[in-house]
Amino acid sequence: MNLVLDIAWTHVRAHVRQTGFAVAGVATGVGFSIMMAALMVGSQDDFVQRMVDSLPHITVSDERRNPPTQPAAAMFDAAEFHGLTPEARRRGVKNPLALMAALEAWLPGAVAPSVKVQAIIRYANHDVAASVIGIEPRRESKVSELPKQMRGAGLNALYRATNAIVLGDRLAEKIGARIGANITLQTSEGAKINAQVVGLYHSGVRQIDETTAYTLTKTGQILARQTGMINELRVHLNNPLKSREIAARIESETGYKSVSWQEANEDLLSTFIIRNIIMYAVVGAILLVASFGTYNIISTITHEKARDIAIMKSLGLSEHTVRSIFVVEALIIGLVGALVGFVLGYLLSRGLGAVRITNPFIDSNHLPLAYDPLHYLLAGLVALVSSVSAGYAPARKAAREHPVAIIRGAT
Amino acid sequence: MSLAPAHQPRAAASAGAQPLIEARNVTRILPGIVPTVLVHDINLSIGDNEFVAITGPSGSGKSSLLYLLGLLDLPTTGEVLLRGRDTVHMDEQEHAFLRLTFLGFVFQFHFLLSEFTILDNVMLPMRALGRLSPAAMGERGRDLLASLGLQDHMHKRPDQISGGQRQRVAVARALANEPPVILADEPTGSLDSKSSEQVFELLRELVSQRHKTVVAVTHDLAMASRMDREIVLMDGSIEKVVDAQR
Repeated sequence: MNLVLDIAWTHVRAHVRQTGFAVAGVATGVGFSIMMAALMVGSQDDFVQRMVDSLPHITVSDERRNPPTQPAAAMFDAAEFHGLTPEARRRGVKNPLALMAALEAWLPGAVAPSVKVQAIIRYANHDVAASVIGIEPRRESKVSELPKQMRGAGLNALYRATNAIVLGDRLAEKIGARIGANITLQTSEGAKINAQVVGLYHSGVRQIDETTAYTLTKTGQILARQTGMINELRVHLNNPLKSREIAARIESETGYKSVSWQEANEDLLSTFIIRNIIMYAVVGAILLVASFGTYNIISTITHEKARDIAIMKSLGLSEHTVRSIFVVEALIIGLVGALVGFVLGYLLSRGLGAVRITNPFIDSNHLPLAYDPLHYLLAGLVALVSSVSAGYAPARKAAREHPVAIIRGAT
Repeated sequence: MSLAPAHQPRAAASAGAQPLIEARNVTRILPGIVPTVLVHDINLSIGDNEFVAITGPSGSGKSSLLYLLGLLDLPTTGEVLLRGRDTVHMDEQEHAFLRLTFLGFVFQFHFLLSEFTILDNVMLPMRALGRLSPAAMGERGRDLLASLGLQDHMHKRPDQISGGQRQRVAVARALANEPPVILADEPTGSLDSKSSEQVFELLRELVSQRHKTVVAVTHDLAMASRMDREIVLMDGSIEKVVDAQR
């Protein structure tokens, strides 16, 4: 065995109890860091996944992001307009079929038309505001997970009745409606129709399940009081992470406001960033505290081994070699601590995953956990770096000790 | 700077060869509010195959001089030369290398690493130098210990053998890399008279049979008188040098 490693290992073995505590400190830090990362990232990934599955990746609406520029303002910098009333346009996307065909020619995914209307759902003295989305069931499977989220009946049940409607299971629960119930839909435009509940769906995102209902496009158009109107194109991409770029391109090409799922949930996603910063800060603090244990044990060993250091230096071991011995000791503590921490982290994650729990935001019985090797790698690396850093200062001090002072003191 | 002539060895002086160890106007002052002069203006020269004693009362600077000659300490002024090479301007790595290859130390207390076996302790300088294969190191370590009568104790730890045996192990360790110089600081200071005599004879054999140069600090004047040369220190300076034909 290499001399440095041999001496370091001997020192560590000779201080089993103290080394054990230092290793336990590092292992606890690594273990809890892994568990925390698994929990935080797991819940975040799960939430994003549900969100991505439940919503279209891009929603192209019939709105414009900015009011149109006046011709005079385009020509003259000095032109200013006050009190202009925005032009009243006919609602809906112009020539939606042609637009869909144009988009489908280049974008990696699928497009489906829909009519989105805000309505009040009335049933048994319950009035609940909801978004009613008119869809084409045959196209829906290309742009959303709705067909898979149906409970009981399939999405094709929308064809089985006049003014058929599919409700989110929580919305149905809220108003007390079941499959077969006849409910009333009323819009601010004054449209009022009776509809039959033909199915329920469950996306897993409470906000959606409580506020969204689906009908056929035709029913949506009746509610909007505009025959043939399509006011939303719902885009599903093969890679949801490209949504932002593709939405920008759609918007620049069509002029219609195109909102990616990231933009639609910007506030939520920004809270994830803050959450991650908090997570890394806490994990860093845990590992920093663990490194104090390493500092303590290396300081103790260097103090106890002052005479040995003097002997080794008098025999001809260089400062570098002596320093290396104690840095390697810190490395051993960090390495063993990290390995034990990996096992602890995995077991803690498994244990946490087994706990049955009700999440108020996501309908799930168990905590979602991410088992990512990257978490182990990062926690291990931070543990090693912090251990070596903690060991370096006392190692450097020990290596610089003047052997004569120690030898004189010892004699 | 002193003009006092260096105390030269007979052999080196007569042959005009490069001295093994040479101190030129060496002074060591410990800094502090009241600076302490450890040794002052030391000039001496030690040649090959000499058995030299450094004596003097407590606090006269014997050990300080030995540490300066052994590159464990640096002079405040003056030069220490090993085989004619100035060591004062060398860096820490070079000093460490010279201690590893050119100098062997034996201290008053054995200073063995308590967690390692006797054989491991002897092999330590060889492993630090790394010139031999592990097998060759082991063989050399065993040979050294056997030559000092310690063949039955190789795998024991230092606390399992007697004080005299420990000091012999320290001698074996000092010889591990075959350095030409052995520096001993009160090597018999903590031993009983019988063990002291054994260690002294061992050091003598290093000179007579292994052709080493041994420089030993001692309080034992009777022992010093049996060496080739005795350098007597007083208050950090050389008071006199007495050679074997006294």
